[in-house]
Amino acid sequence: MPSLKDLRNRISSVKATQKITKAMQMVAAAKLRRAQDAAEAARPYSQRMGSVLANIAATVSGEDAPKLMTGTGSDKTHLLIACTSERGLCGGFNSSIARFVRDDVRKLQAEGKEVKILCVGKKGYDILRREFAALIIDRIDLREVKNIGFANADAIGKRVMTMFAAGEFDVCTLYYSEFRSVINQVPTGLQLIPAAAPEVDETEAANAASAMYEYEPDASAILDDLIPRNISVQIFRALLENVAGEMGSKMSAMDNATRNAGEMIDKLTMSYNRQRQAQITKELIEIISGAEAL
Amino acid sequence: MADAFTFELVSPERLLLSEQVTQVVVPGSDGYFTVMANHAATMSTLQPGVAKVTTAEGKQEDYVIFGGFIDVLPTSCTILAESAVAVSDVNKADLDARIEAAKADAAAATEGEDQAKANNYLAQLTTLNQQILPA
Repeated sequence: MPSLKDLRNRISSVKATQKITKAMQMVAAAKLRRAQDAAEAARPYSQRMGSVLANIAATVSGEDAPKLMTGTGSDKTHLLIACTSERGLCGGFNSSIARFVRDDVRKLQAEGKEVKILCVGKKGYDILRREFAALIIDRIDLREVKNIGFANADAIGKRVMTMFAAGEFDVCTLYYSEFRSVINQVPTGLQLIPAAAPEVDETEAANAASAMYEYEPDASAILDDLIPRNISVQIFRALLENVAGEMGSKMSAMDNATRNAGEMIDKLTMSYNRQRQAQITKELIEIISGAEAL
Repeated sequence: MADAFTFELVSPERLLLSEQVTQVVVPGSDGYFTVMANHAATMSTLQPGVAKVTTAEGKQEDYVIFGGFIDVLPTSCTILAESAVAVSDVNKADLDARIEAAKADAAAATEGEDQAKANNYLAQLTTLNQQILPA
């Protein structure tokens, strides 16, 4: 049985913890709003990029299409880019991405493919390293980065492109968590190379087809330039969605923690009061029986 | 007065400008060109330079653009800029940093084509630097 003093200490320590989780929840909520704004602001660019790419890809086809679109012709070596967060305490956010990646790695290995993993973010690296240490080729650290900018994504994109040019892989897939809502994030795999033709709705495609474009310098040169940029844009979008997802996940995890701490405080306070009452009764009995003995 | 058309300037981070304009001068990869309403559908890569936008109200707005694409349709025009800043917000330190980065890229490029591209970009940036911020 813990003494009164022990109980008091425990209550105060749980209260302190509750304050911390509450503060973290509020910080996450503020950051979530920022992340959502950033994701929203980045949307027009990737949308326009998608439609431009779609209608230029329609004109350049067959032999002229760059390797980044058609692939190398084989699919022996796969590069998986696993984007996770840099910090923990955000519920099942990182482990669900890591599980998704793990399943895919197993599947690819079962098919006899060679797998390489590029980790973005510390947490995914920590989880995947346990099982696939030999497959991880590098880890990109974004810990120092406060607000993810296009430059960060572009650096990753350039790196992937160099590796592709050097023939280090055939197929590249990007793993991140799609932000559906604050409580719902879905781990997703997106194939970057060879680039799947972006989907455009019918009317837009018809509009684009009716417009005969003039290209400067020429269509394939533009495409050569556009596709690498599109890959960076996709990575950028994934990183932004990840930040929003992380913050949403952290917010609900911290909300839970705050509630649990509240319950614990109630329970501890209850047993503290009971015990104090018991002690008072005991002391009274001692006094009364002492007085009776006289 | 010339007809107005929709013009949008988008960078990966955000939409910088979306307005009715009468004329836009952009730094195309084969030289500066002017886009007005009912321009033939064109798609071009851009090199670093200044885009001069004349809005429907006749205001002049200048943006520094660091490479990207332009997509011109008879009724609209969209610049997808790698990065863009209003001329009034450009500062020397930022430009210098970009030039340094471009120099490093040019030095790192090994293949002939890449190197040529990087050198070209660097040259553009340097000219741009002299244009906007005469020392």
